[in-house]
Amino acid sequence: MSVQVQFRVNGKSYQSHVEPRLLLAHYLRDTLGLTGTHIGCETSICGACTVLLDGKAVKACTVLAVQASGSEVTTIEGLAATASPNGGLHPVQEGFWEKHGLQCGFCTPGMILASVELLGKSPNPTEMEIRQALSGNLCRCTGYQHIVEAVQHAAKEMKNRKPKSKNPNNSSAKR
Amino acid sequence: MKRAVKQTSKRAARGKVKSRTAAATRFIGMPLKRKEDPRLIQGLGRYVDDVQLSGMHYAAFLRSPYAHAKIRSVDLSKARTAPDVVLALAAGDVAGAIGPVPCAAQIPDMKPAPRPVLATDRVRFTGEAVAVVVASDRYAARDALDQIEVEYEPLTPVVDPEKALAKGSPVLHAGHADNSAYKWEIEGGDLGSAFKSADKVIRQRILNQRLIPVALEPRGALAEYQTGQQQLTLWSSTQIPHLLRTQIAAMLAIPETQVRVIAPEVGGGFGSKLNVYPEEALVAYLAMKTGHPVKWIESRRENFQATIHGRDQIADVEVAFKRDGTILGLRCRVLADLGAYYQLLTPLIPTLTGLMMTGCYKIPAARMELIGVLTNKMSTDAYRGAGRPEATYMIERVLDLVAAELKMDPVEVRRKNFPQPKDFPYATPTGLIYDSGDYDKALDLALEKSGYKKLRRDQAAQRKKGRLVGIGVSTYVEICGMGPSSAMPAGGWESATVRIEPTGQVNVLTGASPHGQGQETSFAQLGADVLGLEPGDVQVVHGDTAVVPYGIGTFGSRATAVGGTAVYKSLLKLRDKLTKIAGHMLGEDPSKLELAGRKIFSKSAPGKSITFVAAVSAAYVAKTLPAEMEPGLEATTFYEPANFTYPFGTHICVVEVDPETGQVRLLRYVAVDDCGNVLNPLLVDGQVHGGIVQSVGQALFEGAVYDEQGQLLTGELMDYAIPRAADLCWIETARTVTPSPVNPLGVKGVGEAGTIAATPALAGAVVDALAPLGVRHVDMPLTREKIWKLIHPAGRRTK
Repeated sequence: MSVQVQFRVNGKSYQSHVEPRLLLAHYLRDTLGLTGTHIGCETSICGACTVLLDGKAVKACTVLAVQASGSEVTTIEGLAATASPNGGLHPVQEGFWEKHGLQCGFCTPGMILASVELLGKSPNPTEMEIRQALSGNLCRCTGYQHIVEAVQHAAKEMKNRKPKSKNPNNSSAKR
Repeated sequence: MKRAVKQTSKRAARGKVKSRTAAATRFIGMPLKRKEDPRLIQGLGRYVDDVQLSGMHYAAFLRSPYAHAKIRSVDLSKARTAPDVVLALAAGDVAGAIGPVPCAAQIPDMKPAPRPVLATDRVRFTGEAVAVVVASDRYAARDALDQIEVEYEPLTPVVDPEKALAKGSPVLHAGHADNSAYKWEIEGGDLGSAFKSADKVIRQRILNQRLIPVALEPRGALAEYQTGQQQLTLWSSTQIPHLLRTQIAAMLAIPETQVRVIAPEVGGGFGSKLNVYPEEALVAYLAMKTGHPVKWIESRRENFQATIHGRDQIADVEVAFKRDGTILGLRCRVLADLGAYYQLLTPLIPTLTGLMMTGCYKIPAARMELIGVLTNKMSTDAYRGAGRPEATYMIERVLDLVAAELKMDPVEVRRKNFPQPKDFPYATPTGLIYDSGDYDKALDLALEKSGYKKLRRDQAAQRKKGRLVGIGVSTYVEICGMGPSSAMPAGGWESATVRIEPTGQVNVLTGASPHGQGQETSFAQLGADVLGLEPGDVQVVHGDTAVVPYGIGTFGSRATAVGGTAVYKSLLKLRDKLTKIAGHMLGEDPSKLELAGRKIFSKSAPGKSITFVAAVSAAYVAKTLPAEMEPGLEATTFYEPANFTYPFGTHICVVEVDPETGQVRLLRYVAVDDCGNVLNPLLVDGQVHGGIVQSVGQALFEGAVYDEQGQLLTGELMDYAIPRAADLCWIETARTVTPSPVNPLGVKGVGEAGTIAATPALAGAVVDALAPLGVRHVDMPLTREKIWKLIHPAGRRTK
């Protein structure tokens, strides 16, 4: 049995027939070839498979493709385009590069997308807010400290890039 | 590591201290951003599961639900006819076609415990592979496992390593009289007189629990066989592509020349991928058998059950010391739970604990009796630190116990027993030669950075208020840069080929196999400095046996100390050749030439200059070369280190225990590490942070738990807690620099420092917090429940 699904993934439209049990992570990886979405567990704990589903960070290893049908999906491959249409990295990607926020790189796509969601909701997070927001994403290499710095770097950079607003939020990121 | 370390002479260990890179270090020592990162932050890295081949099939393994059972029968008939299934095999189908899992470690009188790639007549741990299915679809392969019928006859599982040695215990392996795998002893100095002349003796049992490495990318393998060319290509998430190639060829009995192993992007290893696993050989076999590429990707549950575990030692320790804190002797008996079979280095790992048992202290006499025990569990093997965290944890706990007994500050007990800089190279009673060290210097810096005196004053004030604040100190030395081949099971050297292409771009082909450590960047820094180029001109290639020269791989904090030195030596050979070519072209003495800014020029007459590319081009066009010089620009080095390296340092941490919940909160963490010269401080910090946090895992949260039936209760990330971002405090790092005399770069290695240093600092801090309650030692993990019970011995809540 197969079911028709449709998505916009990284700005492009897709239609496919899939088994109802197909995981979104496998759909993205095996059907669309977007292998930047990694699978590190099958239980929503590690967060390596985090993607943005209609702007919200979700774990694609425990979402069925059919559940997500009709949604807008952003994977790591499409993130840069969402930030700057004329190319270049997303500020969170730059932060991870700048601050050595990755080693083996396996958790990185999920970490970056979870950070993007955080900064969308909370542009000036404190160190503890960053740590808590990333608690659904495991990293075994970095000890998280450079990741925290990467997110802080990105927060600052995103503020600089934004046209000056009238309502400057003055709670600056700690550390 | 054998005990042959003694062969390393003091003369060799002294070596040359002077670093020859000093002349032009524009990039060495700089915190350059990583060259690896652009692909990884855009999701463009290619890990095993990202490799898609046309006609690719998928393998899935049926694993034993029993820890110990006889296999009466395996019925594959239904699985073979299941949808999309092309093949289903059990042990009988591969008998004679695939050799057992290799073990490179040899310990005298070690009993054999070979593991067949699929269990034959008996299973010996939960998760042992019993059958394999190949299907054209990932999900169909998994479905078909449910169609396999296996008849087991359960046997009594052997789970507790002490009971495993008791008379009457069931025995795992046929032909063994009991479950001991081997007995190994190491002794140096006069223990009898040490204990006779001691003012005091303390005895303590110290456990080092079993851990699960949890590389974030589980294992995976993909094999393709080209029948016409008779070429097998195996992509594997491995730390050791060349050793794997040799072993796969041997297991399948095919010529090694027909095997190519590619370690693509590897998502973390920590020792768990420093191995040869049944699935790798089976996937290769299945690709040859079916004519299709076959891929297998480990699930996290499989990763917990069937990828190696780490640690798992029980140590009974006795220490003899004087009233002034001088340690006279150390004696211990260690039971190492090896699991059911030997993986690549299983029996060897706990012997490293023996070698390092005296830590960074001048202890004149020491002895360890080590018994390796076979139990119905997954094998233990190298997990980040591999034997040395156990040693450091043991000796550091012992020093804390001595301090507590004598009511001395733990810092002073440590300082009292340090060898002094003049004592280096320092020979330990266990036969090692520590290359260089200044332990007081690192300790002093850590005391200063942490404000130790004030920390103690604050602690005293907090204690008066009834708060449970603790300070832990760990001073450590580790054995790294593995290592001289005389002391390694299968070669301790490393290779590097440097090839300068005709366009002037540099290819560094390293036999090391980095998987997150960042050598694509640090080796490019090295290349840029030696050849007077930019790091962007230097590409570092690794992990493909068809491209890079035979190498040993990345583990044991060796990639920079051994692999980096091989790269450096190859670079020097090419620099030498280039200056000869340029000297010939410029009519200048080559020794007067320098390479910088992509030019080769005379130091005394700067007008005499050619571009780097012109000299390179001359080497390939080969019309203007000095007489008798070979064309081309390629140099290979197989570098054999004369000794290990011995990084050291001091870690200090402050914790507070919540008496209501037993929760341990980290308040401060100061790490001072000395890993010799540093190529890239950003990378070193990253290694230190990561190592410390893995220690936080061991100290506070982690522990692989098997129940009495040998079921792995912590079988998933749901049940096995590794640290999360919010569990930690800010880590403050600093360094002292004591170059290693072992290699010309003066580097020592840093990949394991954090996991070796931090665990005793963390545990020591928690014990110190509980000291007012009379606590002197608690076994890890220091979970809330365990701590709460210590605070509330009667199980009642305090007001």
